[in-house]
Amino acid sequence: MQSLVIVAHGSHLNPDSSAPTYAHADTIRASGAFDEVRTGFWKEEPHLREVLRTVEGDEIYVVPLFISEGYFTEEVIPRELRLAGWDVSEWDSDGISADQATLVAEDIDREVHYCGPVGTHRAMSDVIVRRAESVTDDPDVGEGFGLAVVGHGTERNANSAKAIEYHADRIRERDRFDEVRTLYMDEEPEVDDLPEHFESEDVVLVPLFIADGYHTQEDIPEDVGLCEDYRDGYDVPTAVDDTRIWYAGAVGTEPLMADVILERAADAGADLDDAVATVRETTRVATGD
Amino acid sequence: MPETSTDGVPTAAIDVDLPGDAFDALLAAVSADGSSDAPAIDFEGLRATREDGATVIEVDGERFRAESERDLHEVASDHAAHVTNWHFYERVAGADTPRRAFVRWLEAAEDRSVEARYAALAEGIVREWGQLRVTTTLTDRGDRRYDVRHADDATAAVDDLDAHEKPRDAREIVTFDADGRYRPLKTAPTLRAGWVFPDLDHRDVYEVVEAIYPATVANWHRERGGRLDVDHWRETMDRQSGIYGVVQTWDRGEGHEHVNWVAEACCADSQCLKRREWQYDDETELDVDGGDGVFPCREPCSLVVSAARKWTRLEGEDEQSYEFTLTPSEKEQLEAIIDAVADGRTEAIREADLKDPANRYRARFLRAKRFDEEGNLPGVPTDDGS
Ligand code: SF4
Repeated sequence: MQSLVIVAHGSHLNPDSSAPTYAHADTIRASGAFDEVRTGFWKEEPHLREVLRTVEGDEIYVVPLFISEGYFTEEVIPRELRLAGWDVSEWDSDGISADQATLVAEDIDREVHYCGPVGTHRAMSDVIVRRAESVTDDPDVGEGFGLAVVGHGTERNANSAKAIEYHADRIRERDRFDEVRTLYMDEEPEVDDLPEHFESEDVVLVPLFIADGYHTQEDIPEDVGLCEDYRDGYDVPTAVDDTRIWYAGAVGTEPLMADVILERAADAGADLDDAVATVRETTRVATGD
Repeated sequence: MPETSTDGVPTAAIDVDLPGDAFDALLAAVSADGSSDAPAIDFEGLRATREDGATVIEVDGERFRAESERDLHEVASDHAAHVTNWHFYERVAGADTPRRAFVRWLEAAEDRSVEARYAALAEGIVREWGQLRVTTTLTDRGDRRYDVRHADDATAAVDDLDAHEKPRDAREIVTFDADGRYRPLKTAPTLRAGWVFPDLDHRDVYEVVEAIYPATVANWHRERGGRLDVDHWRETMDRQSGIYGVVQTWDRGEGHEHVNWVAEACCADSQCLKRREWQYDDETELDVDGGDGVFPCREPCSLVVSAARKWTRLEGEDEQSYEFTLTPSEKEQLEAIIDAVADGRTEAIREADLKDPANRYRARFLRAKRFDEEGNLPGVPTDDGS
């Protein structure tokens, strides 16, 4: 029996934090790829400490719904799941290349496949592009458009910027958007100066965050100048200086994220049949014809 | 609910039609029995063995010999309750999982004979789990069905409630309380009422309960087996890192009174329906009652750890003496306001109920009279108590 466990941060204050986790879990359940799909959280219930004991399967894939490798994926999650003998060298990663490690979870005395975070998987580049399609409601968006991929900076975690550069490079290579740039919240180049960094009239702004919350709903819209006060709301697109900014909100809310979760599990050995193709298809943006 | 006498004799019988899948499973079980002496089936009063090419079925000690498949079908049909009971638990509900133990608990399977249970199931067996009320009933094919609703809606008709089929609908119910506020603790006694899952199967009833009270069944199951792994306050705080690492400094080897206060503040039944099993450490019990919940709490939850972080900071301050002038009623009023907030009663205080010291006008009057322009109680300044 094959089980998927999606682990995420969650929040004591904001229900939007876990909403994408649940939505992607539902998509994957509907695909039938796993006999069982469970969710566990750092700040909600079931807690990471207790989620594995709710799992009945014996082939268990744990996928962290986090953007980058760092404190949570390397320290908190393995500790709370009680992965025996965990050491970050198990992933043998350069900061964005963690794939999986197979370890015994002491809580249930069974092996689990502990996967790298979704945010550094190559399929995540497709989710960023899909997010741009969703927010512009145009499955072919690209020509005449710039794409800004936005994250925290390196202040708290050097790997977070690595993940952003990695996806921006990959999308740039596809030659789909006129320009692809990375911007940060707490370092140069700053998201506050977005228009200065783009020549295109239209720019899609995709924050590389798992869930909507303070950063994506309050900070970025105000910093970029979409609104004076986030409570007033803003239009999509909104013109700032001479640039029309299409603000996408957290990339993690895009339904295609379910695909990245599946790919992580597949890379770790899960048998998914055609679930990946099904999920890619069912989460598409309508072509409008 | 029908009355069943304590010796398990039912007051009403239920007619169960033996379904094909239960009979097929029975047939497969007795056919698969090779040379071993062990009975093919031995479950809750139903035994099946092979004897000289025939099948011997025993039901509560009474023996029936079936020479042919036809005979077997007749015997099985006459004892459809026992056969469907075996089929449900040994073939459908699955192996030794928390889920199986839970559905057995729902129908009080350990306490009653099959006959008594089937009679009771005909009317519905009711159990409460936190604020949930779960009623197990039986179809005439021996299938279990479950009705899950808020305990406050015990007598409501299904038509008067918001009815749901899919377990995932439980998520919306559990996320917000009756006033639309986000519920950060799923076992807080703030589950809203007015909804029902009227017709779930054994898998979905477990999923609904899991969505509403995550991991409670798994922990309850471990506890029943004597295997609940309790992590006490000290172990849990010692494990914290990052921004939570500071909580380790709250324990200064000066006793555990501060943890009593945490437990009283957060874990009382009025705040959380889990029964707190964790203590200060494995030698030091807290002095506060753990509550009466059905399901245990095995370690301080993330909400308590977050609160402890805040209190670690606040409790690091030195005490100071302040001098204010208040009338006796004003002092009592301050106490009443703290009580009203702590008991979540402020919303319930009527607008014009001036008798209640925590009434809004009373509080505003006190503020107008006693606070200075900076919003402080006049007297010794807050930051200079020395
Ligand atoms: S620590 Fe206290 S508040 Fe938290 S779940 Fe346990 S009993 Fe409830």
